Amino acid sequence: MKALLARVGVVRAVAFFGVLVIVPLVTGQIGWLTNALIFTIMYAALASSWNLVGGYAGYPSLGHAAFFGLGAYSMAIVFNGSVYGGYLPFVMLPLVAIGAALISLPIGWVAMRTRADVFAIVTITVLFIAQTLAFNFNTVTGGAQGKSVAPAPFDVSTYNWPFYYAMLTLLAIAMGISLYFRRSKIGLSLATVRADEEKAHGVGVRVTAVKLIAFAVSCGIVAMVGGVWAYYVGFVYPQFAVDPLITIGMVLMTFLGGRGTLWGPVLGAFILVPAQEFFAFTFGASQLYLFAYAAVFLVIMLFLPRGILPSISDRLRKKRAAANGILRDASDAASAVSAQPAAHQTGVTR
Amino acid sequence: MHALIQAIILGILTGGVYALMASGQTLIFGIMKVVNLAQGAFVVLGAYLTYTLFVQFGMDPFASVLITTPLMFLVGVGLQWALIRPLHSDDVAQLSLLVTFALALGVEGILSFAYSTTLTNIQPKYANFSWTVVGYQVNLVRFCAFALSLVVLAVLYLVLKRTKFGRAVRATVQNPMSAQLLGVNAQRVSALGFGLGAATAASAGSVFGMLNAFNPGSHYDLISRLLTVVVLGGLGSIGGSVVAALVMGVASSVVSAMASPIWSDFTFFIVLLLVLLLRPRGLFGARTRGAL
Repeated sequence: MKALLARVGVVRAVAFFGVLVIVPLVTGQIGWLTNALIFTIMYAALASSWNLVGGYAGYPSLGHAAFFGLGAYSMAIVFNGSVYGGYLPFVMLPLVAIGAALISLPIGWVAMRTRADVFAIVTITVLFIAQTLAFNFNTVTGGAQGKSVAPAPFDVSTYNWPFYYAMLTLLAIAMGISLYFRRSKIGLSLATVRADEEKAHGVGVRVTAVKLIAFAVSCGIVAMVGGVWAYYVGFVYPQFAVDPLITIGMVLMTFLGGRGTLWGPVLGAFILVPAQEFFAFTFGASQLYLFAYAAVFLVIMLFLPRGILPSISDRLRKKRAAANGILRDASDAASAVSAQPAAHQTGVTR
Repeated sequence: MHALIQAIILGILTGGVYALMASGQTLIFGIMKVVNLAQGAFVVLGAYLTYTLFVQFGMDPFASVLITTPLMFLVGVGLQWALIRPLHSDDVAQLSLLVTFALALGVEGILSFAYSTTLTNIQPKYANFSWTVVGYQVNLVRFCAFALSLVVLAVLYLVLKRTKFGRAVRATVQNPMSAQLLGVNAQRVSALGFGLGAATAASAGSVFGMLNAFNPGSHYDLISRLLTVVVLGGLGSIGGSVVAALVMGVASSVVSAMASPIWSDFTFFIVLLLVLLLRPRGLFGARTRGAL
């Protein structure tokens, strides 16, 4: 059974990435499609890396856009004059990731001393600090005028391809790490942190270490995505590079697809980014777009708080249990047991 | 020295208004354990309501508090009923954060649509009038804003200390389960508490609109300051948030006068970091309260 499931997983991953690899080769002339896919894949990668902290560890970071901006600005600052043949920026990405991860460590160390509510407050403050810095640190960031990346010398007909495949690679990396987390001791430790951090600490799980690993890895990937984004759009403005909407995008997609699942964030991105493009197209530049986004957000939180994939798998499990003749209340008991850690986590005084 | 004292006066007057906004936010947290990220948006909404009343009907911004506050109270009760109450299942802390964030975005979207994103300001005739008290400038509007904040805070204090509802609120803050066992209707207290929080935000918004230029995006700026204030004061402690607001008002005003206005934003962030490093439960926060 387990081997079968693993094989299904491999087939699913190969099919998914296979299709995405082929799409630009087949539809090479349709620029808008690769363009739209670049942003979809970008958000899928962002949401997958947010999921490492927000999903597996249960720490809802609202500050990840700061690291997106960090990656974007480091690209724009280093490659402001020339991109040296065009591929060097991609080669430099791992350095961006390492830099961002190193910067994220002290931030994570301070922020993760606190639990859910205050953690979100701290991380959102990190976002505001980053935005203030981007706006006011003129000599480095160019202030409100922004900073440009030199244009890439790629052939016009396949201009999008390098960016597309770079984003796809980042998505693969993010999902690979996500899968590794699920299969390894780190993932298990993170699950215990999410369920009941104090008990986990008590039984000897190295909670601080695993939390920081998850946070740093997550921020590193997000920074790399930011770097590719900056190179692709060519211009970095503080209000777009360090945008609360990017944070919200990651969070929302992860919640829609399902927190703490491998495919949930990807599914969420592939539903929401096209929807977002549609809103932007329908409502144009008017700010009703923002309102529509908030409305979608609220609907998801109120009616699908656990996300699509967990809801589906829950239903499947119940159906299977019923088919096997197991009494209904047994599965209820199981769900009650699985709900218990969440109750522990949300409040001491309940 | 003169500049320093002037900055301190300014800081106290500004801090009073922040105290009003923050007391509502910390009240909401105390009752529901919900960090209301929409508090800044409520303030901006209150400011725009006042702006409309002022421009369309020529109503004095201070008088319009009598309209905006009850109105926003009702809006707050409605929002709690529609958006926060259904969440009370397993993961309230995370979900409510995100819901209130979405709420803030929604308010920003509606306001941008209705008023455009250009900066506006409420400018009554007396806006630039100020007294000179032993050599120090005291701006009339700032002084009245401070006085108004004190009045509203006093009303809030009396409501919490002297009424049956207030007793129910304080009981819920201390121990929700015992309060419910003793017959406190938690849903009702939560709804009214959220309404009160929104109402304080609205009354602060009316004066905020006179003191600052604002646009629909101003709530980001506000919420980052408010969060610092409530964390410094100790989440859930109203008295703490008032003290913290005055401290932060003075600190940012002094930094702004002595260094530069850019760094005054950073005083908030630096104080927040220091608080979290040295005393994560804030000045007056109880140890067991909330998720800390």
